[in-house]
Amino acid sequence: MGGIRLYAAVALSGFRRFATYRVATAAGVFTNTVFGFILAYTYIALWDARPGLGGYDRSQALTYVWVGQALLMTTAMMGGGFQDELIERIRTGDVAIDLYRPADLQVWWLATDLGRAAFHLLGRGVVPMLIGALAFELTLPASALTWLLFLVSVTLGVVVSFALRYLVVLSAFWLLDGAGVSQIAGLASMFFSGALLPLTLFPGWLGELARALPWAALQQIPADVFLGRHTGTGLLRVFAFQAGWALALLAAGRALQSVATRKVVVQGG
Amino acid sequence: MVGTVDGNGAHIELDAVEKVFDVRRKAGRWRRERHQVRAVDGISFSVPRGEMVGYIGPNGAGKSTTIKMLTGILMPSGGRVRVAGIDPSRDRTKLARRIGVVFGQRTTLWWDLPLKDSYQLVRRLYRIEDGRYAKNLARCVDLLDLGPLLDVPVRQLSLGQRMRGDIAAALLHDPEVLYLDEPTIGLDVVSKAKVREFLRTVNAEQGTTVLLTTHDLTDIEQLCERVMVIDHGRLMYDGGLSGLHAVGESERTLVVDFERELPAVVVAGARCVKVEGPRQWLAFPAAASAAPLVAELAARYPLVDLSVREPAIEDVIARMYSSSPVPAQTAVPAAGRSAR
Repeated sequence: MGGIRLYAAVALSGFRRFATYRVATAAGVFTNTVFGFILAYTYIALWDARPGLGGYDRSQALTYVWVGQALLMTTAMMGGGFQDELIERIRTGDVAIDLYRPADLQVWWLATDLGRAAFHLLGRGVVPMLIGALAFELTLPASALTWLLFLVSVTLGVVVSFALRYLVVLSAFWLLDGAGVSQIAGLASMFFSGALLPLTLFPGWLGELARALPWAALQQIPADVFLGRHTGTGLLRVFAFQAGWALALLAAGRALQSVATRKVVVQGG
Repeated sequence: MVGTVDGNGAHIELDAVEKVFDVRRKAGRWRRERHQVRAVDGISFSVPRGEMVGYIGPNGAGKSTTIKMLTGILMPSGGRVRVAGIDPSRDRTKLARRIGVVFGQRTTLWWDLPLKDSYQLVRRLYRIEDGRYAKNLARCVDLLDLGPLLDVPVRQLSLGQRMRGDIAAALLHDPEVLYLDEPTIGLDVVSKAKVREFLRTVNAEQGTTVLLTTHDLTDIEQLCERVMVIDHGRLMYDGGLSGLHAVGESERTLVVDFERELPAVVVAGARCVKVEGPRQWLAFPAAASAAPLVAELAARYPLVDLSVREPAIEDVIARMYSSSPVPAQTAVPAAGRSAR
């Protein structure tokens, strides 16, 4: 089908666009690694004081840190990616160009973001993970299947992340300046994805809530899949959780998109 | 009648099209006043297949709003739009495959990618078959001198290069209708000439219907036989370029050199608009003959030399813009044109 080839080409272009900036990538890898070390030593102190915290032993907790660093850009836990670009296009009116193309706006940008995520997993994820594995004693999956399941979970996480950021972007059609919403969404994402602390550490109702919100699909679930903490029906349950949020949020994005493009003015002359 | 359906020929057709925006304005600390802006206020015209038409007007006249309705990005508040028989806002995607759009101030190209990668995406986007793609790309590369630019990332292109790249991107899928929104804005003389030459070739060889919006009237003079002038969302003129002079009550200028400095001369049928030493500028209606004026001047004053200057199209249009702030709909002398 022509559509699939188109969106594959779009995803490839998304990959290549980020691959263009090599120095930025190297700087990003450096930053991820430094952050990884800071978090790792914090976690060591924490888990030495409270062994078994959140159901992780020390090695698992450190693995959680480095998987998190590998996914930080991939699932865009701080926001960003296509988000800033599309908000800017809405603000300047360049979105008019996206709208008159014979393609679906949402699928187009989803394809772009999947391409970007693939690049960030390879370009920004692999090296910090390797360094982390060399510097600390990590719990790496023994079977190839676990690696594969991890990739599935990451892909679903990227789609959930995309769908969330797409909703943020669409708000710019009404607000015209998406910076405020972006910042709030970024903070929520950092906190509720488990990028700072595993969601299993959150107490009581806050933990229940955090584990039920879509951001859990960004780091908590992929990291747990990586650690082999979900098996059998448990695994199906977390995949269903991710896929369910992905579909629901994509559908919400679609509905909002049709209202936005029908009602709202495209800016500028 | 303006905008009459002429059946098989009409390629772009607007019938009493309106676009009204709700605008909120600050009126006091908390209060917001709602009022309506009629960006397009009852426009009707029809462009037959293969015609290249200029669509001009001052900033904020409603040109871009019209183009957005013609691409289906904006839905008209009233009236009827058809492009190649399609209702743009209803079948935006279907129409998109048959039209090309160039916005001079925006780019369809991908900023971080080499030009040729952008074209590959366009190829997938419009599902252009390989043979046709190769042929069209070769033609654009040849006519627009894109050869050395294909491997350059778009962000490194100059404005003129980028514009040529954009025009090529809009034509790879052989669109039947091409909208150009200020395609020569910011370009130097050489780039402008190249772009115009290319557009002329495409229009002549492919029979592409072209709607050209511009502030550079040389574009219009060199490319379009027909021009539509819009202001305050209304069509003020639709017809040949030459007819603009008559409608705009334009004046020609007689430049006279006398033997010596004289006070401003007073003659019937002309008025002195400027005196500079022994040279004077006399304005007279463009439709009138210069002969009686010259005869009278020669009889009464010591003439050395004289020349007649034709009115600049800019002046004609500027006078048109300023003369009628809210023009009556009946002022459109477009009859016969659309029923061609």
